[in-house]
Amino acid sequence: MNEIEIKAFIKVLTDYFHNVTGKDAVTGVPFVKSASTRICDYTAVIGISGMRKGAIYFTADSGLLEDVGRHIIGEESFDDAALYDLAGEMTNVIAGNLRESFGSSFLISVPIVMKGRLEDIQLKLKPPVFIIPIEWNGHRSHLAIGLE
Amino acid sequence: MKLLIVDDSNIMRKAIAKYLQEFGLQCVGTAEDGEAALKMFREFMPDVVTLDITMPKMDGLACLDEIMKIKPDTKVIVISALKDPATGILAIKKGASGFLPKPFTPEDLCAEMQSCLSDKAAV
Repeated sequence: MNEIEIKAFIKVLTDYFHNVTGKDAVTGVPFVKSASTRICDYTAVIGISGMRKGAIYFTADSGLLEDVGRHIIGEESFDDAALYDLAGEMTNVIAGNLRESFGSSFLISVPIVMKGRLEDIQLKLKPPVFIIPIEWNGHRSHLAIGLE
Repeated sequence: MKLLIVDDSNIMRKAIAKYLQEFGLQCVGTAEDGEAALKMFREFMPDVVTLDITMPKMDGLACLDEIMKIKPDTKVIVISALKDPATGILAIKKGASGFLPKPFTPEDLCAEMQSCLSDKAAV
């Protein structure tokens, strides 16, 4: 991963929150994932193949997903299945939008939501894994990128 | 006019149905993958389909091919996170009436649907 590629990820992330919610997200300084990097309650991973190989995951707590969900559908409450579904959809949109920068041979899988199988994420991610911290509407989340 | 909504995300299926309410279309069903969509398509023969691409079992572009074989005058709006121009062009070449990248606003979707339905009226 180089600086230009990281910037492409940041742009997709900030565009997503702005376009869906009208509220801007702030991304922190990217860093390389360590053993202490915390995963939130709701995580979805997408495998990448084609010109790049590896995976990305997006992880967030229920508060962020509920707020984003309210912007999308207007409902006030979301059950666990809905929050996992939204985590998967957000990850799908972020990964899919990257094709604008990475091209059509940046192939993405369907999202897989992670429920207590966090070791599976480690198998898919190709080190070094970069973490982009995200703060939006008072909620913290992050995107992890592990691509060859 | 009958509408079929195809997307592997439940919240997106609900959002699309909600955003399109003003058109007065009869939503005959929703499907979460291409195989289920084709089954519903054969059963209900909808006039309009919103179709995601990245889905399990059968992706949206393969599903689009089959829909065009069954009922070529179906108005299909492909709605996908795959934002590269080549994907949109491919969808149109395969017979889609429109392509809408995710994320989209209610206004984006309604404008795309209006354009799609206007084309149908013109034909």
